[in-house]
Amino acid sequence: MRGTNYVVKRTLFALMTLLVAVTLNFVLFRAAPGDPASALRCRACTPEFKEAQRKEFGLDKSKLEQYGIYVKQLAQGNLGSSFSSRRPVWEELKDPLLNTLPMVALGTIFSIVFGIASGVVAAWRRGTVADWGNLSVSLFFYSLPTQWLGLMLVIVFAGVLPISGISDPFLEFTDPSWWDTFVDRLKHMLLPSMTLGLVLYGDYALVTRSALLQTLGEDYILTARAKGLGAWRIVRRHALRNALLPVSTLIAISLGYLVGGAILVEAVFSYPGIGLEVYDAVFERDYPMLQGAFLLLMLSVVLANYVADLLYLKLDPRISE
Amino acid sequence: MSLAAHPDETPRTPVVSRRQQTWLAVRRQPAAATGAVVLLLFVLVAVLAPYVAPYGQREKVGDLFASPSGAHPFGLDDGGVDMLTLMMHGARISLLVGFAAAAVAMLIGGTVGLLSGYFGGKIDALLSGVTNYMIAIPDIPLILVAAALFGRSLTNIIVIIGAIYWTYTARIIRAEVKSVRERVYVKRARSLGASNARIILRHVLPQVAPLLVAQTVLFVAYAIFAETSIAFLGLGDPSLISWGKLIENAFEANAITAGAWWAIVPPGFAVAFVVLACTMLGRTLEDALNPRLRVGHLSVHRFRVRRLAAKEQE
Repeated sequence: MRGTNYVVKRTLFALMTLLVAVTLNFVLFRAAPGDPASALRCRACTPEFKEAQRKEFGLDKSKLEQYGIYVKQLAQGNLGSSFSSRRPVWEELKDPLLNTLPMVALGTIFSIVFGIASGVVAAWRRGTVADWGNLSVSLFFYSLPTQWLGLMLVIVFAGVLPISGISDPFLEFTDPSWWDTFVDRLKHMLLPSMTLGLVLYGDYALVTRSALLQTLGEDYILTARAKGLGAWRIVRRHALRNALLPVSTLIAISLGYLVGGAILVEAVFSYPGIGLEVYDAVFERDYPMLQGAFLLLMLSVVLANYVADLLYLKLDPRISE
Repeated sequence: MSLAAHPDETPRTPVVSRRQQTWLAVRRQPAAATGAVVLLLFVLVAVLAPYVAPYGQREKVGDLFASPSGAHPFGLDDGGVDMLTLMMHGARISLLVGFAAAAVAMLIGGTVGLLSGYFGGKIDALLSGVTNYMIAIPDIPLILVAAALFGRSLTNIIVIIGAIYWTYTARIIRAEVKSVRERVYVKRARSLGASNARIILRHVLPQVAPLLVAQTVLFVAYAIFAETSIAFLGLGDPSLISWGKLIENAFEANAITAGAWWAIVPPGFAVAFVVLACTMLGRTLEDALNPRLRVGHLSVHRFRVRRLAAKEQE
């Protein structure tokens, strides 16, 4: 079958990356000064709890054995338990992960919409003030620290949109319909995802612009023009479709940034997602939580990249050759 | 003699060295020149901060969150310290982290790229394998976790950022070295019995050095970004003031609820200016020096604008 080779290659790469990620996760946390249990600084933790942790981590065994145990536990879905809540890490992270997904997805949609729109305008009006202005603005946003931009949005939108949390705590007293709940969630999601969207859209704008400029130089565009089609129709129907191909690769690439951005943005907006868990875990020195969250983040990025690779084969069969 | 007398008889295309190419790129492109000037200004402020800063960096000179005035153009922070002074001192740490971490990344990435590109074979398979897997792992979370585990001192933070950001440099240098290695003069040196070390140091490294520098300039920006993230999670050196630390301070001290926008706006703009300057300079240099960027739309490369602009002029 065509492309089998490619699929096998990408699968192997994803699996290897996963292995590297897991190994890295193991090595980093074991190489840290002090062992995970002695790093515990919470007052509430009893010596018995620490001892249990020590045993759970198998710290009395050799490093290689420890690694084997770690991988085995992971395979069973066991991420250890949180120092501060003492509940299993996976139980603690499940809901935050589900909260983060739609927020990050909305952010990506924002960045794609802004990016393509401003890229099209820039390419269409290339060399004009519109082009220059569009690029400057997107570059400027691209150069801002994510957390800072989030704080600026707080200043601008305070009072207009909710600036913290994921839902209105008073809403449940009013017996809301699912629609009210949905709107409320969406409102709380708006600023965090807008922050991600604004920081990221410059990438899409630049790639759209350059890809569009490339396709606009192709012969079939000349043909379309010779047929007497209008400028907008040429851009939309003929040029943009082909230009979107490189844009689609960006979606997967930007994911690596998005998970980093999510940590910062969720901290700014106290949005209870996996990023906020990372933020809190850092403060509380809750290493199992940090390790689990980090692993989940890496896992989702590797997985998303893998899916993108496969989708790309559908979009552009040429890459299998 | 006749040659000297009639220099124009044989028209020759001038041979332009890499160094000249670099210089021309900076001079011809206003973006690169602007970037260089802005960067230089910030470096100057950072170096001179202890001498030109109007107040002490721990000196309480007025009310908490006092608004901007003639004496304090950027206002005061949550401890009543002059923001302008803090910004100047912050530039020191932020730029130090930026340049030092980029240098670490250059060292690791350059070495890996040189070795894997030059020797090829098993060494290449191993090194570029590691590079590719590392690239696939999201770097900001990795940096944050590493900082949480090992961090809090300036040196550690610099090493952590550098040790994670070397991958792109390695990849680009590897590709360049692979092409340089096949050039005739390198082959000639080899047949004359030059050792690998000599060929790498004398013939390959000087060819890839400008590209390495361009990459490093770019990564100064990324490193400064990374530092603000580390500081925002409270993982920076608590005794040092950086722009990232100022943002974190303002956030923790609820500068926004207090209406003290001046405590938070300046550090963000400073980061943006430096990042923009580094990107403009680095990208232009890279475009001028890396012919590989002209191949294929699949290499999703940021800021390809200038490359296309150059193409249109042709």
